[in-house]
Amino acid sequence: MGRKQGNMTMAMASEAPKDGFRLSMLIYDTRFRSFTIQVIVLLLVLLGIGWLVDNTIANLAAKDKDINFGFLWNRAGYDIEQQLIPYTNDSTHGRAAIIGLLNTLVVAFWGCIFATVIGVFVGVLRLSKNWLVGRLMTVYVEAFRNVPLLLWIIVVFVVTSETAPQPKDFKVTAEMVQTGAEPAAQKILFNTIAITNRGWNIPGPLFERPLPTVHLGSVPLNLTFLAIIAAVVGSFVANRRVLRHARLVQEDTGIRPVTWWKSLLILIAPIVILLVALGFHLDIPAFPADENGVSKGFNFQGGILVQHSFSALLIALSLYTGAFIAEAVRAGVMAISRGQTEAAYALGLRPGRTMNLIILPQALRVIIPPLISQYLNLTKNTSLGIAVSYLDLRGTLGGITLNQTGRELECMLLMMLTYLIISLIISSLMNAFNSAVKLKER
Amino acid sequence: MSDTRAETAFIRTEMLAPELPPVTERGIIKWLRENLFAGWLNSALTIVSLLVVFLLLKSALPWWLNGVWNATSLGECRTIAGPEGGACWAVIKARWHQYIFGFYPQDAYWRPILAFALMFVALAPVLYYGLRNGAKLIGTVAVLTVLSLALLDHDVTHVVLIAVLMAVLFAVSWIAPKRLVYVTLLYPFVAFWLLWGGSVWKPVATLLGFGVMVLVYRLIQPRLGVIMGTAIGFLAACFYWLFVQGIITGALGSLPPGLAGVNSDQFGGFLLAFVIGVTAITCSLPIGILLALGRRSDMVLIKTLSVGFIEFIRGVPLITMLFTASLLLQYFLPPQTNFDLILRVVILVTLFAAAYIAEVIRGGLAALPRGQYEAADALGLDYWQAQRLIIMPQALKISIPGIVSTFIGLFKDTTLVSFVGLLDPLRGVTQIVRADINWKGIYWEPYIFVGVIFFLICFGMSRYSMYLEQKLKTDHR
Repeated sequence: MGRKQGNMTMAMASEAPKDGFRLSMLIYDTRFRSFTIQVIVLLLVLLGIGWLVDNTIANLAAKDKDINFGFLWNRAGYDIEQQLIPYTNDSTHGRAAIIGLLNTLVVAFWGCIFATVIGVFVGVLRLSKNWLVGRLMTVYVEAFRNVPLLLWIIVVFVVTSETAPQPKDFKVTAEMVQTGAEPAAQKILFNTIAITNRGWNIPGPLFERPLPTVHLGSVPLNLTFLAIIAAVVGSFVANRRVLRHARLVQEDTGIRPVTWWKSLLILIAPIVILLVALGFHLDIPAFPADENGVSKGFNFQGGILVQHSFSALLIALSLYTGAFIAEAVRAGVMAISRGQTEAAYALGLRPGRTMNLIILPQALRVIIPPLISQYLNLTKNTSLGIAVSYLDLRGTLGGITLNQTGRELECMLLMMLTYLIISLIISSLMNAFNSAVKLKER
Repeated sequence: MSDTRAETAFIRTEMLAPELPPVTERGIIKWLRENLFAGWLNSALTIVSLLVVFLLLKSALPWWLNGVWNATSLGECRTIAGPEGGACWAVIKARWHQYIFGFYPQDAYWRPILAFALMFVALAPVLYYGLRNGAKLIGTVAVLTVLSLALLDHDVTHVVLIAVLMAVLFAVSWIAPKRLVYVTLLYPFVAFWLLWGGSVWKPVATLLGFGVMVLVYRLIQPRLGVIMGTAIGFLAACFYWLFVQGIITGALGSLPPGLAGVNSDQFGGFLLAFVIGVTAITCSLPIGILLALGRRSDMVLIKTLSVGFIEFIRGVPLITMLFTASLLLQYFLPPQTNFDLILRVVILVTLFAAAYIAEVIRGGLAALPRGQYEAADALGLDYWQAQRLIIMPQALKISIPGIVSTFIGLFKDTTLVSFVGLLDPLRGVTQIVRADINWKGIYWEPYIFVGVIFFLICFGMSRYSMYLEQKLKTDHR
């Protein structure tokens, strides 16, 4: 049957010019068939879209609704605990959506960083010759890859929020001062972080002599942060110049000038000087105490209170995505053939330099594409914050705003578009990076 | 010559038995030196790891071993376990049926169990290389099914009937394994009927539509060819489903045999996860293949549509798709249509997974050497023949790891349906359990239980994919 048809098609192809156009050629002649199919598909798609639009209009009319984005400028009327820019419940729904978007981005940003650190660390350790370490890392990777992310988020949230002590357990009472007893709960990590049932009290940055905040129109510009960013970026640029100069000298004379102390100085000195000049110190959360050391008040003062919803989401996302990144890293390093290592040893390179100069640059090219998709997955998975009531984009725009205004179509449309744009931006950034480090072929 | 021999004091005439290697180079000490204490960094890592393992065991093992299995509330658990504390597994013992079946009627548990067992029978011709292995698997499943039914179901006739059915299927798989394909083809209808109940004539009438399609195809294909035959057959079947089926079900719907109907909101736990997961996995693979082919097509319109669909789906989180299923479909469908929430969720999860599968298969297609396509053309195969006989078998083989990890991701993502009000095992059921006054404040045990089951299923799937990869490996490198 198949062969007969094949012959038929070939015969048609050679005879077709002689015959005139017949209707059956629309299906059986390969020159016209793709045209026919596309026209049919186009018609079907248009019909489908028309049907959906028609239904939507009918449904909207039946519910006495319209499509209108005006609600974005109405008063939101709900509070958001974690806000990166000023917001009160008098602000608009639009501003609430932006707060939500920023909350999504901040989890995604820190999550990507932590997940990469964990992933690279675990991926390399899993390749170690140490039997015990290898097994432990395998257990970690398999445990996190084969259990739903939602479970990790909920478990971390429930365990930290339900088992953590109350703030009053950290208080030192007059009785304790007399008897020398310790309070029921202690801060961790050198007495800097207090985990209570309300959240994580972590140290915050504090400047004694901050630069003023300038208003550029209605946009407030915090000069302190701008100065710090400028100092960091400036020292990185300067360091690159030093390294480029060193490379030029090496290419000219064959001797590479010693640069490590210059680099260290350029990278560290400016930021340290700036921070000292601004009077930077950490604001450690603590109870206000009187002269005897007896605590006053009901809660910690100073520092930053991080909500359990944020910390649980961040920890679970980092550990979960870290397991996937570890697999990508391991696969990338294993993809480099053994001959590369042997060739490097034959050239007399030490193991450390072999890793840095030969294996890693090649492995990086294999690692980056899966890494991109893991970053994208992590960003999309931040929407699981719904399980712990984290008010991200889905919680504000697609949650409370949607329920309050009843504008499902508009809210869902805006939310999907925003996620789509974030995904496209991340993937285009990482693709640009990928093509920059890609092996340049003919 | 003999002189020299006599002068030499001693010449050994037989071989010495080889010395044992030094004590540090043999046995367990060698293994320890090489694997745990090679160099100071390695030794430090070993000691740190030992410390971690020790701390983990020290905090978890007593709790684990001191578990309480018989209690009616968390308070009672704590009293029994005493001051050192212990796990309260009694909650699992009390509520396991909700974790497995949700609110499915207790006297009908045999239906999901039978559907689950039949799933393996239906999968046997698809999954298992070596037909004897398939038969062995079916035998094991049959024994387990009958055992669990004997424990759970108090109606002896059910157990006996199902035992007979499983025995027949086992005999078929042993004698004529290829016949099991019919079980595979019928399985979706049987499973639907078993799970949701109702009159048997409803799935039969639906099945008749496929009969119509095949019949029309057989009639038309000799005259008008494959393409027209398929198209007209499909249209005839659609006509049947839209206009004729309703009449048939209306006429026969009240006639026996039938099973008691079960509503979708009674589904829950792992039963729900399996219904959504298995359906979506089965349907997403063919759709994904079509999307991947569409994305590589020469036809501009098809390519644009495929790319747009895939990139849109991959750019938004699954949760937004699920909310679309629960909130927005009511706008897009004709007024007064009201179809099942589980079905809506299954459709959107399927589309979601299909976009990811499409990308995985596109990778497999791109990895095939161009020569394979050219060879297929040179043999005179048309597009679908080339795809079926040359391209897809190779491309799918390359994509197995990616496809299976997408399936694992899909199965894990079935837990997200709790956000649209379905009772998934992880959040839906556990919330109900934790809201019970007897079990208020319990957190580790339910999550460990659910997590272990998910781990076993997903880990099993990934091991199976590795086995399949090995089995299908044909290159001789």
